[in-house]
Amino acid sequence: MTIWPDISFQDRIDTSEFRIHERAHITVNDDSCRGCTTRECIVACPANLFVPTSDGGILFNYENCYECGTCYLVCNKEGAITWTYPEGGFGIVFHRT
Amino acid sequence: MTDADIIVVGAGPAGSCAAIAAARSGKRVVLIERGPFPGSKNMYGGVIYPRILDELIPHWFETAPIQRWVVRRSTMVLSDTGALNIDYRSNAWGQAPYNGATAYRPDFDNWISQQAVAAGADLICSTTVTGLLRDDQGRVCGVTTDRPDGNLTASVVIACDGVNSFLAKQAGLYPNADADNYTLGVKETLSLSKHIIDERFGVRDNQGVDIEILGGTSGVNGGGFIYTNLDTIAVGVVLKLSKLSAQKKRPEDIIAELKRHPAIAPLVEGGQVVEYSAHLIPEAGLEMMPKMVADGLLIAGDAAALCLAAGIWLEGVNFAMASGMYAGQSASAAIDAGNVSAASLKSYTNRLNETFVLQDHKKLRKIPHLVLSDRVQHKYPAFVTGVVERMFRVDNPTPKPGVRRIVREERKKAGIKLSELVRDALTGLKGFG
Repeated sequence: MTIWPDISFQDRIDTSEFRIHERAHITVNDDSCRGCTTRECIVACPANLFVPTSDGGILFNYENCYECGTCYLVCNKEGAITWTYPEGGFGIVFHRT
Repeated sequence: MTDADIIVVGAGPAGSCAAIAAARSGKRVVLIERGPFPGSKNMYGGVIYPRILDELIPHWFETAPIQRWVVRRSTMVLSDTGALNIDYRSNAWGQAPYNGATAYRPDFDNWISQQAVAAGADLICSTTVTGLLRDDQGRVCGVTTDRPDGNLTASVVIACDGVNSFLAKQAGLYPNADADNYTLGVKETLSLSKHIIDERFGVRDNQGVDIEILGGTSGVNGGGFIYTNLDTIAVGVVLKLSKLSAQKKRPEDIIAELKRHPAIAPLVEGGQVVEYSAHLIPEAGLEMMPKMVADGLLIAGDAAALCLAAGIWLEGVNFAMASGMYAGQSASAAIDAGNVSAASLKSYTNRLNETFVLQDHKKLRKIPHLVLSDRVQHKYPAFVTGVVERMFRVDNPTPKPGVRRIVREERKKAGIKLSELVRDALTGLKGFG
């Protein structure tokens, strides 16, 4: 029984506002990911932005990032994730009332 | 001449309080925020204890954008099917001088930054600080930003740049950025009418409720929370990073499971998700704190890991506001003395040591790890709820068992050795002082 409205992951993400800059503030070095068996980023990222590819790599989408920092902390591959903040004024914007 | 006397990086509660304190002592202050407005990047798990503002903003409660004043503070322990709730209510907490309050951080942080502007600070938004400037002696003397020609010089930089503090890391003050010291907080804000919230949570007007939860996090070490805003409620979980990835559970699925728990479902029923949000928490307290002072540089707020995650006490915004204020005062005093070396700025850490900021952390230093330990997380909820269930279950015609027997049997059923229970109890007793 569903007792509250179901929400798809995309609808969940769409409740947040992201002001998207053309520069990716986080980049993933796919070569490092190919040797990675644990792949903590895939399960831990709250925005579900790390997607495994069929050839064993990782596809990363920076656009809907909450800028939390979980991915670079859980990643145990030195240099796999390059993490910076987005340009000023861009990225996640939580709501004012 | 420098561009400013003091540059404050980050207009959250720490940064804005630093800016207020410094501007009040006559310093030229630039407060830099990377979001389009202060608070736009910020979320938390629920309650602000604003009385530390008495010093900087007298009568703060008349203008602060508060949602509800917390008059019911609950600690809930969940097993798979049961719930033990310890609930304290005091309507006096809904009146001056107040205790805890719920607020939307974009509202609250924006409001407090406006107090800094009113005190004379220059607030620059939509500007990301990308690094520290150093003079030829290696002392911090300003910041680089992502603006064209965006370098800014100052006598002192106060880094209030949040839990990821790349400035503290760049300055070499943060040797222990270990995933084990952090938790991930994820939260849903659910819309419900004010009337339903009032009825469901037993409150009126602007009275609010804060429920902190042990258990109910799908086997991932952490905790949950529910709190009331005026016409939304927030439900979320805090998850230990290292366990989250090991357990192969997704954060939003863990919230969904918490919402399905028989004790939680009736509280959140019908609430439509109006915002999903996520943020890291520096969970390990004193164990992870960086050095907070260098030549020309101070660190405050989450950037200094000044977040208290001690089970029954979960505080952060008050530690941020206090540390920011003391940083602003110490930076100003050092400039007045004509010496902004680390030795001169050490008055900041002295102040933290004299006040609740570090005294609470020292007293409770063993508690964050105890609360997130495997035993407390995975065995105690079933043990505690099991004991209570049997105490209040009436099995007539069987006579009541003695409480000692129930405790012994439930402890064994939960797989807890007596020696472990005694050790944890002693750690708890000592730790909570």
